[in-house]
Amino acid sequence: MIALLHLPFIQNALAAGMLAAIACGIIGSLVVVNRSVFMAGGIAHAAYGGVGIAFFFALPALPCIVAFSLFMAVVMAALTARRQGRMDTIIGVLWAVGMALGIILVDLAPGYNVDLMSFLFGSILAVPRSDVHLMTVLVVVIVGVVTCFYKQLLAMSYDREFSQVRGVKVVPLHFMVLCLVALAVVMTIRVVGLILIMALFTIAPYLVERYVGSLARMMLFSSLLNMCFIVAGLWLSWKFNLASGATIILVAALFFILVESTAALLSKFRN
Amino acid sequence: MTIQDPDKANIPVIQLENVSFSFNKAPVLKDVNLTIHQGDFVAIIGPNGGGKTTLVKIILGLLKPQKGKVLLLGRPPRESCKRAGYMPQYATGEKDFPITVLEVVLLGLLGATNCGPFFSSRERLKAMEALERVGMADFAKRRINDLSGGQLQRTLLARALVSGPEILFLDEPMANIDIGGQAKLFDLLGELNREITIVFVTHDIGLLSRYVKSVVCVNQKVFFHPAAEITPEMATTIMDEHCPMELIAHGMPHRVLGRHDAARHHAQGNGHQS
Repeated sequence: MIALLHLPFIQNALAAGMLAAIACGIIGSLVVVNRSVFMAGGIAHAAYGGVGIAFFFALPALPCIVAFSLFMAVVMAALTARRQGRMDTIIGVLWAVGMALGIILVDLAPGYNVDLMSFLFGSILAVPRSDVHLMTVLVVVIVGVVTCFYKQLLAMSYDREFSQVRGVKVVPLHFMVLCLVALAVVMTIRVVGLILIMALFTIAPYLVERYVGSLARMMLFSSLLNMCFIVAGLWLSWKFNLASGATIILVAALFFILVESTAALLSKFRN
Repeated sequence: MTIQDPDKANIPVIQLENVSFSFNKAPVLKDVNLTIHQGDFVAIIGPNGGGKTTLVKIILGLLKPQKGKVLLLGRPPRESCKRAGYMPQYATGEKDFPITVLEVVLLGLLGATNCGPFFSSRERLKAMEALERVGMADFAKRRINDLSGGQLQRTLLARALVSGPEILFLDEPMANIDIGGQAKLFDLLGELNREITIVFVTHDIGLLSRYVKSVVCVNQKVFFHPAAEITPEMATTIMDEHCPMELIAHGMPHRVLGRHDAARHHAQGNGHQS
């Protein structure tokens, strides 16, 4: 067991897992309290277009996905900034268009692409050292930006109109949040794949939310909980030879069901 | 109309010229001209959907009118809105959110505070003073969703007051507050009015207290009346027959206009959001 930790690919997997846990804990909390989980899902899936571009032009995958998901985040932010009308429809369209673009480009790309599934469902055990370095940079960016604008983000999330009266520039902030979502998505793609990202974004923040008194604590404890999910999932997937991304999500889901049903039972007995 | 300081009374704090606003091509406000002077205590009344909240949001720069000019404290609202205190309608603050009462009030200091995630101890003290003022100091550490409706209202009032505003906007401040609480709240507003201008929205005309100095009627058109009473002429101009209301003002106990039965019914619904 301990010997495992000396293997470089295990070290990389754990490092990538911890970094993704932090990014998803912070950004997931922001997305959950802003009720923009659907928007995050849209960006996550549209990011597949970046995978397609990388394959088609034979470019390095991660930087390509970073660029494309940032682009999609900006497009989505521009279309939803005024909070008018059919926001959910617009998100649905972008969601599908990004994925379709990715699939077509991968289809047209020369050669046989075995690596494709790893972007959809994650391949944490195959994360190269260079990706860990890029992920570290992204986490530093996310933590730095959120710390700097914490008060403004909190004010906008709690009461958008009031924060505007206090001089908070909500439209630039909206762009910023969606770009942060894009960065977090890119980081998590390697760990659980873009299909399963939403679980790391939502499960821990949702569970933590009602037990904490501040958004900062929600971010902190969501990150820690995500770390537990990832370590436990990795270990189980190694033990039973299962797909790592899906195992991580199932561990999180199982924990979610346990906590929810215990809470429901407790409140029933109390009354 | 009583004015404590005659020098202050002639300075307009709110000026609207030919302002029109429509939402998806449906007109909400038409050709609004309105001037409110410093030190006033204004009640904005009118039927639901008449444009009261829209009018306040235009003055604060939250909505941009398609036509006309708006000045708040002599400047475009985008520049001067930070000098105003705003207590939005209950619904916008009513959220399941991981935040404490104290933190909500601290957010009222935004725009005057430094960047970074922390508030200074001086700012915390200010927030506690504001909570003290509305009688919510004991609840500072509580989470916002553990509060009752009235407690939440008072927290939002503290948030509006904490920055030391020159003018205070309150949208339906009396909703969810019982009669005794309403009287107390009016006493507090009356005290604040010695220094600052107060503008409050209400759909409930039974709530014109003795502190109110003037009334603005809003129903697509806007009519300013520089006294805390509602004359039949004014009421028929603005609240046409489609909108029966019972109009009660200080010194004018019961004046019923429009369709009498419907008006009675409306008056009985006092205290509810209809």
